[in-house]
Amino acid sequence: MTIIDRRLNPGGKSLANRQRFIRRAKAQVKRAVREASAGRSIKDIDRGGEVTIPSDGVREPSLRRSSEGGTRDYVLPGNKKYVEGDSIQRPQRGGGSGSEGSEDGGGEDEFRFALSDEEFLDLFLEDLELPDLAKRQLKGVGVPQWRRAGYSTSGSPSNISLTRTMRNSLSRRVALRRPKPEELEALRREIAAIEAGDASGDLAELRERLVVLEKRSKRIPFIDPIDVRFRRLESTPKPVAQAVMFCLMDVSGSMTEHMKDLAKRFYALLYLFLKRRYKHVEVVFIRHTHEAEEVDEQTFFYSRETGGTVVSTALEEMAHIVEERFKPSEWNIYGAQASDGDNAPSDNAKTAALLQNAVLPLCQYYAYLEVGADDDAPMGGERPTTLWRTYAVVNGPDSPIAMRKVRHRRDIFPVFRDLFQKKADQLAEA
Amino acid sequence: MALVTETDPRLLFTGADWNFDTIRRVYDACEEIALKELKLDVYRNQIEVITAEQMLDAYSSGGMPLFYKHWSFGKHFARDEAMYRKGYTGLAYEIVINSDPCVVYIMEENTITMQTLVIAHAGFGHNHFFKNNYVFKQWTDASGIIDYLDFAKTFIAQCEDRYGQVAVERVLDAAHALQSHGIHRFPRKRMPDLRSEQKRAEERRAHGEAIFNDLWRTVPAKKGKSKDKTDHDARRALLGLPEENVLYFLEKTAPRLAPWQREILRIVRHIAQYFYPQRQTKMMNEGCATWVHHRIMTRLHEEGRISDGSFLEFLHSHTGVVFQPHFDDRRYSGINPYALGFAMMSDIERVCLNPTDEDRYWMPDIAGQKDPYAVLRDVWANYRDESFVSQFLSPQLIRSFGLFNVHDDEDEVDLNVSHIHNERGYRDIRRALSRHYDVARRDPDIQIADVDLAGDRRLILHHRVIDGIVLDDEDTDRVLQHLADLWGYEVSLREMDDETGDMKNEFTARPRATFG
Repeated sequence: MTIIDRRLNPGGKSLANRQRFIRRAKAQVKRAVREASAGRSIKDIDRGGEVTIPSDGVREPSLRRSSEGGTRDYVLPGNKKYVEGDSIQRPQRGGGSGSEGSEDGGGEDEFRFALSDEEFLDLFLEDLELPDLAKRQLKGVGVPQWRRAGYSTSGSPSNISLTRTMRNSLSRRVALRRPKPEELEALRREIAAIEAGDASGDLAELRERLVVLEKRSKRIPFIDPIDVRFRRLESTPKPVAQAVMFCLMDVSGSMTEHMKDLAKRFYALLYLFLKRRYKHVEVVFIRHTHEAEEVDEQTFFYSRETGGTVVSTALEEMAHIVEERFKPSEWNIYGAQASDGDNAPSDNAKTAALLQNAVLPLCQYYAYLEVGADDDAPMGGERPTTLWRTYAVVNGPDSPIAMRKVRHRRDIFPVFRDLFQKKADQLAEA
Repeated sequence: MALVTETDPRLLFTGADWNFDTIRRVYDACEEIALKELKLDVYRNQIEVITAEQMLDAYSSGGMPLFYKHWSFGKHFARDEAMYRKGYTGLAYEIVINSDPCVVYIMEENTITMQTLVIAHAGFGHNHFFKNNYVFKQWTDASGIIDYLDFAKTFIAQCEDRYGQVAVERVLDAAHALQSHGIHRFPRKRMPDLRSEQKRAEERRAHGEAIFNDLWRTVPAKKGKSKDKTDHDARRALLGLPEENVLYFLEKTAPRLAPWQREILRIVRHIAQYFYPQRQTKMMNEGCATWVHHRIMTRLHEEGRISDGSFLEFLHSHTGVVFQPHFDDRRYSGINPYALGFAMMSDIERVCLNPTDEDRYWMPDIAGQKDPYAVLRDVWANYRDESFVSQFLSPQLIRSFGLFNVHDDEDEVDLNVSHIHNERGYRDIRRALSRHYDVARRDPDIQIADVDLAGDRRLILHHRVIDGIVLDDEDTDRVLQHLADLWGYEVSLREMDDETGDMKNEFTARPRATFG
């Protein structure tokens, strides 16, 4: 008998099977993931969790007999009152008359299982990207990458290339005809044999040859410094695209809780997406009422603030920050704005001008999301809001602005995807 | 029963914790009883301690320590994990593998009492059954299985590298769908080799010479039957039809498969064959193991080597395992193989030692035979579930389980109680239960009947419909699609009623795209 402790063996042996399973059921799992995300709170949006998929695509069919029809005999335990010849009412389907049960879950309609956080996010954010990430900049402070670059004659001992070195050594020894140890050994044995009188031969000549060969093998070393080769590594700076995302959110009094929730959800998705997909993306949070301020992530998502609405302040703040910190020639600049569409009437002209002349020329892409009340019944075409009308004027065919409206939680994700979907031509390239 | 206190020096262990020394002590104690008293014959044991997570891993690949990769195992893992996390199901205490050495997995969080139970149950009960039962001997190669799985895993991984995961997955999906019909149920006729053939020819000639009588030459030859086979018969003979092992047939004859695809079919077929004995002996195997652990634990307690507390802990889990809910209980989900198996083994022991007149009438061969262990060893070696029940289910057991037979005829309005546990019913109940365990009867009888070689190469299968139970149509359509993909041409499956010979149903499928 042997006892083996396997507890320390690496776990996750079935990981490869799991990946295959998820790949197979991908379309269904994706749908399930997106549906699941709508019902979550902002904090939990990046958690894994249970999803349910229809079992159709992951069914394992087999040749088996139908569970209905024909004549059957069941032997059951626990008879209490029946005697031979009794009749029993046929149970409804699903009532256990001891049928063989569904084999291997063949009868299930749905399949439930849990996804890890990683898997969840991967599926959640698949094929999204920032549009037109164009201005590539060599970033000096980025980590240089080491790449193999042939061999060199100098280097540190840890980088020595044994195969190369031994190959050089071998070819040098062959070329200079260094005697092999076996040859020397054979010669010595021959001499010894003659000395012992077991064989005959010219002892003097053999001894002389031995001396010559021994000298030769001493003069020609087994490994010479000129044989030694080192693996050469070269550092290459990796090009990094620098990008910054401006998140502008209206937190004025006209925004209801519902609207704020929608806006925050949108930004939560955006933030999650940027954090996960791009290592070098900076995010700047700006919230505004009648005045705008840059805040940190925590304040942006979780603090409550209220006041009037002057949109231009936020745009001014954004232009100001760009001027101060992000040189437009080096940075890819993106903006995302969420608002209920209200603005102080006197501010509209200023906002339009700012957007047109100051902000849009800086931006690769500017997304405007208008959040609406849940119960807004669209009665014969509702009136566009002040801000929507203002922006619509700016929105020309060549302008990098995209505008969408959202009313319900369930719309957030589709709109978000719509805004950041990989374009078809980029997909083909990838 | 002597009271065994916690401080008794004979105790193998105290408390619930274990370490490798206690495991070894416990193993030696169990081994002594198993080999000396029960005279079991086992493979060398290899006990592996694993965590709950590793147990879940092992679950998903049929308990095997290594297996090739396929999404369906990932699916099983996901389901088992979800069930386990939610607390719907516990994990098994152990997994045991029919290999030489016999691998027994035990879980780290079990108490030492449970570890003792597991070692007795798996390391001696199952192990003995694997090594001695004739179906396992006939169909499995315990010493080669791990190596074969290793080969299978490497081969399929190489195929994935070379031909892509998707291509390999398609073959595996198709093969898995057909694996219940990739089994040889009977040993095939062995082809005689040249030497024995020669020897037979010589013997035949010598015999001919010995009985030579020239008179026979003068007997006029019989006129009549020419032995010419029809085209049809010749073709069937050439293809080895009818053939019930569908995967075997495809591997050998499917016209459009690449060699690696044939090899994959072969792997799936071999593994299905390896698991086939387990399906045929589930109840006996569990019965044997349960009876063995019960005997060993009881003996250990009698000898004062485990404490009363541990023994009660054991009894608690033992009675849970052999619990048989009644048919009208919410927990009822078929006859519990542990319960019936254990009850039958104990019953055989009783019949051997204290038979009643009834037992003498029903089982004259073993009644009053004083060595129950020898009888049980013989039973474990030479029966499978079906024959075991039809031979050894005693009237007393039928009464104590309250077994009764319900006849379900789809043409009748109600179900009919055809037999109960009385004098008239014993024999029929025993027969009905034995049929329930007959794997060959539970699986549909499907055979490859013919191939239209002259025409469009359509493959024709027949399903012999027994008791009017046809195939599940939704699944059959899917499986047939896989079959058509492998065959490369059209495939049709005809359901022929066994009694009337009428065709009840026909499925057809065309290949979607050819493999390779």
